[in-house]
Amino acid sequence: MSYADTNEDVHHGDHDHHGPAPGLMRWVTTTNHKDIGTLYLWFSLIMFFIGGAMALVIRAELWMPGIQIVDPMFFNAMTTMHAIVMIFGVVMPAFVGLANWMIPMMLGAPDMALPRLNNWSFWIMPFAFTIMLSTLFMDSGGPAGGWTLYPPLSLQMGDSFAFVIFAIHFLGISSVMGSINIVATIFNMRAPGMKLMQMPMFVWTWLITAFLLIATIPVFAGAVTMLLTDRFFETSFFSAAGGGDPVMYQHIFWFFGHPEVYILILPAFGIISHIIPTFSRKQLFGYDSMVYATASIAFLSFIVWAHHMFTTGMPLAAELFFMFSTMMISVPTGVKVFNWVATMWRGSMTFETPMLFAIGFVIMFTIGGLSGLMLAITPADIQYHDTYFVVAHFHYVLVPGAIYSIMASVYFWIPKWTGNMYDEKLGKIHFWVSTIFVNVLFFPMHFVGLAGMPRRIPDYSLQFADWNMIASIGAFGFGFSQLMFVYIIIKCVRGGEKATGQVWEGARGLEWTIDSPAPYHTFEDSPIITSDTVTR
Amino acid sequence: MSDPRPATSKMHAIVAGKMLALAIGMFGFGYAMVPLYDIICEVTGLNGKTGRVSVAEAAAAKMDPDREVIVEFTSTINASGAWEFRPTERTMIAKPGQTYQTSYYAENLTNRTTVGQASPSVTPSAAAKYFNKTECFCFTQQLFEPNASKDMPLIFIIDPDLPLNVDRITLSYTFFNSPDSTASLSSSLISIAQEISQ
Repeated sequence: MSYADTNEDVHHGDHDHHGPAPGLMRWVTTTNHKDIGTLYLWFSLIMFFIGGAMALVIRAELWMPGIQIVDPMFFNAMTTMHAIVMIFGVVMPAFVGLANWMIPMMLGAPDMALPRLNNWSFWIMPFAFTIMLSTLFMDSGGPAGGWTLYPPLSLQMGDSFAFVIFAIHFLGISSVMGSINIVATIFNMRAPGMKLMQMPMFVWTWLITAFLLIATIPVFAGAVTMLLTDRFFETSFFSAAGGGDPVMYQHIFWFFGHPEVYILILPAFGIISHIIPTFSRKQLFGYDSMVYATASIAFLSFIVWAHHMFTTGMPLAAELFFMFSTMMISVPTGVKVFNWVATMWRGSMTFETPMLFAIGFVIMFTIGGLSGLMLAITPADIQYHDTYFVVAHFHYVLVPGAIYSIMASVYFWIPKWTGNMYDEKLGKIHFWVSTIFVNVLFFPMHFVGLAGMPRRIPDYSLQFADWNMIASIGAFGFGFSQLMFVYIIIKCVRGGEKATGQVWEGARGLEWTIDSPAPYHTFEDSPIITSDTVTR
Repeated sequence: MSDPRPATSKMHAIVAGKMLALAIGMFGFGYAMVPLYDIICEVTGLNGKTGRVSVAEAAAAKMDPDREVIVEFTSTINASGAWEFRPTERTMIAKPGQTYQTSYYAENLTNRTTVGQASPSVTPSAAAKYFNKTECFCFTQQLFEPNASKDMPLIFIIDPDLPLNVDRITLSYTFFNSPDSTASLSSSLISIAQEISQ
């Protein structure tokens, strides 16, 4: 029985006759937000395995001390490329894909505001990444100076550096266009009557993320353009010989880089704020404070960047400022975590796969947040800087953080996308296997990091051998268990138990009022929203 | 907040235009950070950037005869350059407020006309803005004929307001090859000038 059957006025069958165009060209020329969302999500999944394979090269080399498998230059190219692929090729496209699929349906809009731009935003990406990855096969090799591209090291790269910069520019253009589209959709396309404070949390977090992207990606584009002209056109922005300063690059880079890490996590906060209420069968606790906390995090992210640079030699006043402003971020983040816990409090909870991933997110993201607080302490950071402790920290917030939120959202919304339920038993196994291995992989990195093992180096001192071997076991376990994820998705796309319109008993919001699978065109006639309509 | 009305392409264009303007503005801001950074470093003395004062200002400074500061000179040659580069004196004892002169020796070890540029840095960085120079070879690019050498002068004065806990200042110079284009441009200008004068 479909929930939508009882809401016939929400959509009119007459408009749904024209479906997608047949053939492969459908995917090239499509302007449909659902098609483009699907393209983004598949692209992200493929890149997840490319970036994951690079991570396994790194962990295989670090299985034992000594240089065994790859030469150090290639190892460094792997650490650099792994980061670029995972950030720009996996997490960001996955969030944009989810935004494409869900935001119009959550707002009661027929499509994104600028559908042709949307097509461009996606199709730039495969070309940009082809160029980026092709540098690995060029004579001078892929970028090997770390994803932060610090000069003077990055300026010593061969001519393939130009391709890296070119690809970054295109990825940036894609992100900015996608963000402009999302902002225009949210401001102009809400169903009549829907107030901003009626918007679902995922829409709110994406609105704020889109502003972060529009404000910071161009700064990064400027920084890499300066690198490009320093390397090829004799300018001296960062070259001390010509009066430039390499430390200045770090300031410009992290002015982008710190908001970027919130770009990678704010949409995750939105997703979790949908899943936990659904499976607790309660409304989200403290909706208003969630919105304000998200906005506060976004604002604070612009004034903390130099905490990445405590070892460059800053005056005491600046160290204190950046230390305290960084610690201040834990206040709005704490508000969010407590709100999620309060939502679960006395809820009628069930533990389907999306909920397991969401709870895993809350616990393990908080572990990453705690090590982040430790890193914020300036005198301690001078010890932790550039060690595996930092690697453990940001992998805890990004893998069981951002990546878990994406997996949770796939399990949560895939019945809406395909009309079929996924295999619940396999989903739960996927969660538990992933969670065990992800901790085997990243938790020992705290120990070797505190003991002083530096990051981005293919060899290490004998004392770190045991924990590194354990981390590598975790890496291969985690990596290969993701094949289950692919299997579950494909199985669900091909068939399975039919999903209802509402899918989940506790699901609330406009996207659950339409059929499953969602028709190719939805909300061609706007639903009328009153203050009583359940939109979140 | 106003309720949304049926969207028109004009409304989309307005929002998209504003966002695009923000993006372009932020691209410009990235470049604006370059001069901003220099100004902040100069004002605060961060980054070991030393100050520059005029001869008149230096002469007007009040000397502090009871205080002595050890000034150490070090040199580094950037990896790309073939130079001999060293201070003529390793250490000096200086009284704040008094003007002192010393020099660095540099020799071009190549058979080409080469332009070098020295970049200074002072430690401790808290002392940087109290270490002022009236004349320094680091202010300008230095042109060397093939295998030429010279002593390059440095005249400095320590501000009497130097924090009392600083009794030792290290001045470090790194000597770089200037970017090729400048070298070839200035050397070709010089050869043109020589031809004209002959």
